[in-house]
Amino acid sequence: MNLRDKQPALYWCGVALVAIALIALPLVLTLVGTAWVRITNLAILFIFLALGLNIVVGFAGLLDLGYIAFYAVGAYVYALLASPHFGLHLPFWIILPIGAFFACVAGALLGAPTLRLRGDYLAIVTLGFGEIVRILVNNLSSPFNITNGPKGITRIDPFRIGELEFYNSDTWMGILFTGPAKYYYILLLILMAVIVINLRLQQSRIGRAWVAIREDEIAAKSCGINTRNVKLLAFAMGASFGGIAGGMFSAIQGFVSPESFILHESIMVLSMVVLGGMGNVWGVIAGALLLSFVPELLRYTVEPAQQALFGRMLIDPEVLRMLIFGAALVLTMRFRPAGLWPESRHRQEFSGEHRS
Amino acid sequence: MSEVLLEAQAISKRFGGVRALSEVSLSIRRGEIYGLIGPNGAGKTTFFNVLTGLYAADQGRFVFDGVPLKISAPHEVAKAGISRTFQNIRLFGSMTALENVMVGRHLRTGAGIVGAILRDRATREEEDAIAQRAHELLTYVGIHRHSNILARNLAYGDQRRLEIARALATEPKLLALDEPAAGMNATETESLKGLIDALRADGNTILLIEHDVKLVMGLCDRVAVLDYGEKIAEGPPAEVQRDAKVVEAYLGGTVA
Repeated sequence: MNLRDKQPALYWCGVALVAIALIALPLVLTLVGTAWVRITNLAILFIFLALGLNIVVGFAGLLDLGYIAFYAVGAYVYALLASPHFGLHLPFWIILPIGAFFACVAGALLGAPTLRLRGDYLAIVTLGFGEIVRILVNNLSSPFNITNGPKGITRIDPFRIGELEFYNSDTWMGILFTGPAKYYYILLLILMAVIVINLRLQQSRIGRAWVAIREDEIAAKSCGINTRNVKLLAFAMGASFGGIAGGMFSAIQGFVSPESFILHESIMVLSMVVLGGMGNVWGVIAGALLLSFVPELLRYTVEPAQQALFGRMLIDPEVLRMLIFGAALVLTMRFRPAGLWPESRHRQEFSGEHRS
Repeated sequence: MSEVLLEAQAISKRFGGVRALSEVSLSIRRGEIYGLIGPNGAGKTTFFNVLTGLYAADQGRFVFDGVPLKISAPHEVAKAGISRTFQNIRLFGSMTALENVMVGRHLRTGAGIVGAILRDRATREEEDAIAQRAHELLTYVGIHRHSNILARNLAYGDQRRLEIARALATEPKLLALDEPAAGMNATETESLKGLIDALRADGNTILLIEHDVKLVMGLCDRVAVLDYGEKIAEGPPAEVQRDAKVVEAYLGGTVA
């Protein structure tokens, strides 16, 4: 942030370049293949999830292994309120906050009885909660068909703003904007807001209380922090990010089923947080991008590479992907145990002077 | 306004078969430094932990500032106006010294999630006030030059001072210091004595647990001596020092 004060011209040039790159990205990726725009969109959704989980795990230090449950709540709220399943078709800007609210309530419901637990014990309970939610949506198809069970809910409404539809392609000013590209822009917009919210939370009274609890809960209590409420707040905030991400996932995919919300996804999001650097917003974003894109890159390169080298497939790409993935995680933990980009807490740079 | 700030009435606490505290009563007057001394295991820290809500007392009650103290949770006690430091320093290690003190302001400030996100005028002003107060307190305890150093990287004596600054940030009516001089050398202890003296001069009431007899005798207006969970003496240091029971508790023999 120092650059901004020292060399404002350079700083704003940099910002402008990044902005142009981000705006041009989907158009360039469309040339490579629309699949890559979709992958980018999913990566952004994972950034939302990772940032939400970072509030719980990174800031407040509460290990949550069932985080994907809140994603599921958001996704199903969207699916039920905007699909032929119940014949409801509410607009997305109404449903997303509703989904966030329900996820928030689910977070508070999970948190209230369990936040006396710490460390491993909390992790086990949250793991159970994640599975409960998945099994619940899997079975809520009889006697009343709420979630349509394992078949999932199909034909979910895409985003729509007035006449602007998000599922089809449009050509404006001679440039082709595909459906995923349009989603990309709205995701990018929400991502900006989410990043700003996270950065502000981190440097706030509540954010400091979260970190204090992570560092030493007894000392935090003795400082007058109502640790139960503040932890609950972390759970609820983290969960509502998950809920929003879930709603957008529903709209983009057009289909949800319980299979999307398995334990593996919770662990994936947690890996993003840990790999990137717990507690550091930028680190977590880097972690989410890495773990979203690298497997996809491998998917497209492993097979041709083997064909070229050996003339045939020796190792199944999926197997090799997990192998490399696992090795990368082990190496990271060995050489950068705090994550690739750990939190630096030297941020209150008043340098001995009172800010006025 | 009564002269007595804190009155402990027959506080008892058992751990299984061990009577850690049996019917300990004492009263602390406004503006004094009250010492709580006694051999190892006498129940001093247990008394602290009961007072600050970390343990629940089996019997007895506290009257603080004229009203019965509801000890439901540590943060309630802090809110009522009792703030403490710990024998084994408990700072927020990966936060800077400044941030540690800022956490201490949590109790007396009110910005919530919405304020944090919108960062409206009121929130910004509150944040500035928090930072400003934290700077003042760091200056007060004499470690302002280390504001931006992580708490865990501070020198031992400075960590003790930081804990005091953090406790002061909660605006306590009673400051409870649990062995602040533990592990300090003579020079550090002397300078800590200066700080505690200054705290009293500025109108603070202090409850002090300490092993360093010289420090206690030099600082305290009154002391109470605990032995096996019982209060065996109370009074000005010079008197208590000559008390036969006290000598026996410390030296372990009968006085001829």
